[in-house]
Amino acid sequence: MSADPPAIELRELTRYFGERAALRGITASAATGTTLAVLGRNGAGKSTLLRILATLLRAHGGQLSLLGEPLPRRAYVVRARLGYLGHEPLLYRDLSGRENLRYHARLHRVAQARVEELLDAVQMRERADDPVRLLSRGMVQRLAVCRAVLHQPALLLLDEPRASLDPGAEALVEPLIGRGAGLTRVLTSHDPKAALGEADLVLGLREGRASFLAEPGQLRPDQLEALYR
Amino acid sequence: MARPATTYSRGLPALALATVAALAAALALVFFYAPLDADQGFVQKIFYIHVPLAIVSLCGFVLGGIFGIWQLRTGERKWDMRSYVAIHMSLIFGIAALIAGSIWAKASWGHWWEWSDPTLVSFLIVLLLFATYQPLRFSIEEPERQARYASVFAIVAGAFVPMNFVVVRLSQGFVHPRVLTLTGGRLPGSMQLTFAVSLIAIALLFTTLWKFELSAKNTRMQLRAARRALLGDDAVRPLGRSAAPS
Amino acid sequence: MRSVLAILRKDLLLELRTFETLPAMVLFSIVTFVIFHFALNRGSLAGQLAAGILTATLLFAAMLAINRLFVAEREQGGFDAFLLAPVDRSVLLLAKAAALFVFLVVLEVFALPAFALLLLGPSLARSLGGLVVLLALTDVALAVIGTLVSAIAVQTRARDLIGPIIALPLLIPALIALARGASPLLSGHGRTFPQGHWLAILGLYDLVFALLAYAVFDFLLED
Repeated sequence: MSADPPAIELRELTRYFGERAALRGITASAATGTTLAVLGRNGAGKSTLLRILATLLRAHGGQLSLLGEPLPRRAYVVRARLGYLGHEPLLYRDLSGRENLRYHARLHRVAQARVEELLDAVQMRERADDPVRLLSRGMVQRLAVCRAVLHQPALLLLDEPRASLDPGAEALVEPLIGRGAGLTRVLTSHDPKAALGEADLVLGLREGRASFLAEPGQLRPDQLEALYR
Repeated sequence: MARPATTYSRGLPALALATVAALAAALALVFFYAPLDADQGFVQKIFYIHVPLAIVSLCGFVLGGIFGIWQLRTGERKWDMRSYVAIHMSLIFGIAALIAGSIWAKASWGHWWEWSDPTLVSFLIVLLLFATYQPLRFSIEEPERQARYASVFAIVAGAFVPMNFVVVRLSQGFVHPRVLTLTGGRLPGSMQLTFAVSLIAIALLFTTLWKFELSAKNTRMQLRAARRALLGDDAVRPLGRSAAPS
Repeated sequence: MRSVLAILRKDLLLELRTFETLPAMVLFSIVTFVIFHFALNRGSLAGQLAAGILTATLLFAAMLAINRLFVAEREQGGFDAFLLAPVDRSVLLLAKAAALFVFLVVLEVFALPAFALLLLGPSLARSLGGLVVLLALTDVALAVIGTLVSAIAVQTRARDLIGPIIALPLLIPALIALARGASPLLSGHGRTFPQGHWLAILGLYDLVFALLAYAVFDFLLED
């Protein structure tokens, strides 16, 4: 048991879109190296929460600190240690996978050799020079995973990471973004069973509010059901 | 989102009274005190409404830019509200100034428009720019982003106003332009007084209307917030798309 | 600085790959020259009229590029990709303005000879140097204002419409300087270098709006 500050700490986090509250009073904390799963229906606020953690959105209320740094004040420090995998792959369709990754490598000051290393890891070496728009969704997702871990982040934010992957590809990305990577992770999923399998802590969201925050073992089935009703 | 309980309506009745008094005084001076211009005759009196309207309008635009800076610095939406009202009031005053100027041009020079008057031309350009303010706001749905982008626009457009005036003036070349304002140096004392009173009256009118509109908007917002707090989110119908800050 | 180059390189690469913007700008300019020929019923222009036509054409061709400047970012998640990187927000402003500047220079490389061929009466040879200086300063103005307005417009619903109506009035002072400054250069027997005050105006305009754009750009990107 370490005395390190938690990797993620949220207190009464609130975010509005216009007059509607997308997130209201979310409080949670996760220790370094653990996985926090965020569950809920569409529109419950999962993606919004993830985007706030990724520093892409600002919270309108409450406090947030990641890796010991308070946000948004120290966002520019934290960004270099975050890896975000959202719904969009964030790749330019007319450039090749390699060109896209090289671009991100330059932005993150990462050596070009790392690009090749990752392309090998996800077995995309042969198709790396094809424009992204010619690749299948699964291949694009593999490249997106490369993009997310290019700069060896300490904290991963994964919005439905398995969505477009076939089982073979899943095995390839597991060491990069799965439990095996040993990083602190926040992931959202539509599939509660799978998420529970790899989470240390589960946060349930319903209409922007926290329904529960518990370890998977302590979760009652009715709590889970209530989320999706 | 807690809304500060700023009351714009404080002092409003007194201000309105002062405005009416100033306007009455200005009108009286214009019609009974200011001398008749030798060249242009009675028509020249439009000057007392055209120029103050123009000056107040331009100041209003620059003020809108300053409020925009404050909005970006503090993030408090009241500044955006102030900026919005200042700019759209200035647009109305500006259009009125342009119409008055055009009437004056027609009456004294025979055409409705005069390219050689740098002030009129610069004004037209400024109005064309600020006329895009509301369409811009209307095309951004998310209110916070709308406030931010509108503030950026207000700041850039506010900085544009003086630069534009300088460049247009220079572009008229170094030939002495036919100027709609009185040439020949200083205005006689009686005209100066009338002009000053007119300027004060129009400035007061602007301030009163500005406060009034802010007060009305603020009240509406507070009412919505109160209903939302008491009756829950669903009881209050969403505002829908709007160019006005919310 | 390295990040600016990285983004600039990416944008130029994208343009080379897709050829979406530049050919359209060049074609548009040439067609516009043809239209002006018929609209004015003149085979040869000189002086202020020539300068005016050139200015207007370059401006409208620039609008095409300005409208497209951030579209890839908006549609393919480029904004997010940039925002996740540990770089200063204004890097994007610099990079995009540089890209727009490059596009404008390439446009002029094609459009000026076309103009000289199709419409311009007097020879450009003597005043080309002066014209290039004038155009360079104007291109900076177009690049700065274009990037700023494009960044505003791309987040709105009426994207293609909002951009031009905001950019055009804002650019008027720079365009006045271009048109008036170029007029003696295009009259064959006039000056070969633009008058100082037009260059000074452009310089001042560029400086003021570059600083302003730098100051406000961050606020356009944050959310």
